[in-house]
Amino acid sequence: MNAEIRTMRTQAELALLDAFANHKDRLVGARDERVAAFKKFEEAGLPHRRVEEWKYTDLRALMRDAKPLAAKPDAAAIAAAREAGRIAGVDARRIVLVNGTFVPELADTAALERGLTITSLAEALVAPGNALAGLGRTVQTNDVVVALNTAFMADGVVIRVAKDAAIERPIHIVHVFSGREAAATFTRSLVVVEPGAKLTLIESHEGAPDVDYQVNTALELVVGDGARVEHVKLGLEGSKALHLSSTMAAVGADAVLRDFAFMTGGAVCRNQLFIRLDGASTQLVVSGANLLKGRQHVDTTMLVDHAAGGCQGREKFKSVVDEQSRVVFQGKIIVRPGAQKTDARMATHALLLSEEAEADNKPELEIFADDVQCGHGATAGALDEELLFYLKARGIPAKEAEALLIQSFVGDAIENVAHEGLREALVAATAQWLQARS
Amino acid sequence: MPAVQETVEKVRRIDVDQYKYGFETAIESEKAPKGLNEDVIRFISAKKGEPAWMLEWRLEAYRRWLTMREPHWARAEYAPIDYQDIYYYAAPKQFKAPKSLDEVDPEILRTYEKLGIPLREQEILAGVARSDGSGGARVAVDAVFDSVSVATTFKEELKKAGVIFMPISEALREHPDLVRQYIGSVVPITDNFFATLNSAVFSDGSFVYVPPGVRCPMELSTYFRINERKTGQFERTLIIADKGSYVSYLEGCTAPMRDEHQLHAAVVELIALDDAEIKYSTVQNWYPGDSEGRGGVYNFVTKRGDCRGKNSKISWTQVETGSAITWKYPSCILRGDNSRGEFYSIAISNGYQQVDSGTKMLHLGRNTTSRIISKGIAAGHSQNTYRGLVSAHRKATGARNFTNCDSLLIGDQCGAHTIPYIEAKNASAVFEHEATTSKISEDTLFYCMQRGLSEEEAVALVVNGFVKDVLQQLPMEFAVEAQKLISISLEGSVG
Repeated sequence: MNAEIRTMRTQAELALLDAFANHKDRLVGARDERVAAFKKFEEAGLPHRRVEEWKYTDLRALMRDAKPLAAKPDAAAIAAAREAGRIAGVDARRIVLVNGTFVPELADTAALERGLTITSLAEALVAPGNALAGLGRTVQTNDVVVALNTAFMADGVVIRVAKDAAIERPIHIVHVFSGREAAATFTRSLVVVEPGAKLTLIESHEGAPDVDYQVNTALELVVGDGARVEHVKLGLEGSKALHLSSTMAAVGADAVLRDFAFMTGGAVCRNQLFIRLDGASTQLVVSGANLLKGRQHVDTTMLVDHAAGGCQGREKFKSVVDEQSRVVFQGKIIVRPGAQKTDARMATHALLLSEEAEADNKPELEIFADDVQCGHGATAGALDEELLFYLKARGIPAKEAEALLIQSFVGDAIENVAHEGLREALVAATAQWLQARS
Repeated sequence: MPAVQETVEKVRRIDVDQYKYGFETAIESEKAPKGLNEDVIRFISAKKGEPAWMLEWRLEAYRRWLTMREPHWARAEYAPIDYQDIYYYAAPKQFKAPKSLDEVDPEILRTYEKLGIPLREQEILAGVARSDGSGGARVAVDAVFDSVSVATTFKEELKKAGVIFMPISEALREHPDLVRQYIGSVVPITDNFFATLNSAVFSDGSFVYVPPGVRCPMELSTYFRINERKTGQFERTLIIADKGSYVSYLEGCTAPMRDEHQLHAAVVELIALDDAEIKYSTVQNWYPGDSEGRGGVYNFVTKRGDCRGKNSKISWTQVETGSAITWKYPSCILRGDNSRGEFYSIAISNGYQQVDSGTKMLHLGRNTTSRIISKGIAAGHSQNTYRGLVSAHRKATGARNFTNCDSLLIGDQCGAHTIPYIEAKNASAVFEHEATTSKISEDTLFYCMQRGLSEEEAVALVVNGFVKDVLQQLPMEFAVEAQKLISISLEGSVG
């Protein structure tokens, strides 16, 4: 059990080593950072179940191979992605990344509001000056998936919102994979919201249903003092996709950050959140809804680091797991020494709809300050028979009664989305998922 | 609550970081050569007059141990342990199994007297006032001093009921088949680094067998005492409750104050067959080290219960106040249908203590239920971690778990951590988990102090209320002791 085991490199690891050796000279910019990050991967390999943070998502086993790096999209791929990601009832400024590449003709950058700048990462990487100052330093982590993203990052979106600029129209970064051949994309976005500014950021991921493409995407989010940011992520990947996503957010004082993730797509998904609260009196709301079926595996791993006191953290996750799917939630709240008056609550609930479904929860608290109120709750279970009976007794068919209860179960998390149009779109998406189920 | 008042007075009488069990007994002892090798294991086995298969078993464990690495996943930091700098066997000199208490070295008897452990039959544990003068519950005690059991009381009376209660070394001679059938069946020799080490070198411990349908007529108790310098204690306890039987077992432990660290790596195995019930209570009060974090016992213990039969029940109750480092996860394997596991824990850390403790509830059978109540209190510079696993196997339909783990922080230099793992692989499983961490509210303290309590009294009152759920699970004799212990452990942490 505790015996020393030397592991062989897997096929995927070998392919990644090859890819870096062959492409490192063609990957533009941030050369030192790329080399340093790749070294981390070389030393640690892909994360496996003996790595505590990856205990339930053994990437070594789940990632059988590493696909070749995606090529620039051709005209057909771009044309196919033209309408991608539109959300009914939400008027957003769409910026579409096709196969991991920022496509200027699909980026709605006309008539930008005052104080808003949008560029592509590829452009920023080669631009003179310090357009990317701070990239990779928002929240430091030793995570290997983040390191791989840094090593291979090809493109992404760089958004800056100047001090006190209130951007009312949401910005929507659409990631589309429209290739017919499996490939790997590495996208990295940097969003800096300066003090007092306001932004609603939507991030969506979709792709071909029958291609086993691989996505490694990262978002760095800097929220200045007094800024208000809402980040909503829609994970609608194709059913064979591997989706690895890391969000790193550093939040200042008196700010508000709301983060929501809605996951229904992909074969294997890992949603990592690394959030650090650097200033006092900030309000953080992190929540999500996972709707899984088939053999889907979705892992949400969240680290909330209360480095400053007096902040309020609210984390709520709801998961519905059907058929042979598996949901994983690992949440860790750290309250640093001196972060007094922290008020943190984390709740995670899983609804198991099938005998073969699985829910693994690990809500952690790590507390080094005494004057705090912290708590977590976790439940896992089936639909309440009594509630079902109540509804059925009133003439509602079983399937419908189930759907109603599930809808309300998930709705509890969706309520945390502040943007009304988005909230309605998520409720509709839930209903659609339920319809497809019955 | 009159007991609270009593507690507070007790606290007053004792100075800060005064460990009242820290004395040393001057007694000559016989030791195995320092260090660990196959000869030392042969020496221990020969000393105990064990059957050949037992020696083989030990050697197999030892060889396995050599290939293992010490685990470091627990939230505890300590200097590397030199396993060759420990005596693995120490026994009072000229020790041969005494026929009666009169043959036991009076020094040892005085030691136990000082610790408040009665070895004279009919006596009762200290701290329980009996106003009506009646005898109340009697307790049979097995006293383990370093590596050997020095006395076991009430043997005759237990024998009448058919209950076997004796040192495991004696059981190996008198009931080898019974021991062979069950030892290692819950904690196999390959289980983990410390359990494997224990399997190789365990010296003594208690053996309990309760025959079918018997309700053990009294509480059974083992009192462990480390006395020698540089000695590790590796006891092994094996309790078997046969069909339809019931037994309640208590365990207590102390050690002298030393500026070196001592290793305690015990293994406890419980087996409950159909309809049987085992209640296991521990008051762990090993020397925690001084106020600077020097010395103290490393308590690396593997405790596991196997609800092997239908409708069986195992309940663990622990009050952890001692040890420099505690690494302990009393667990239940809920194999039998309708079986039940319970874990009630109070873990208190002060000074530089590090506690990483919790439980595992493995639901394998149908309609199995479990309940976890854990109360952690951290003060001083200590770190207090709850780590627990609740899992339901695919076939464990109708599994139910309720977990509540609360932490209380006293002072801003300590840490309290909660690391639960909840794995549901069955749709009909219902798992509920809740945890909170907070400090004693100013309002509550103010309320108490306004009514004339001093701050220390107020804290004691709140803490006693905080841990009440667990204290209620302890047998009465232990509950009173435990309550005092809690106040003493927290003393000096206010203000």
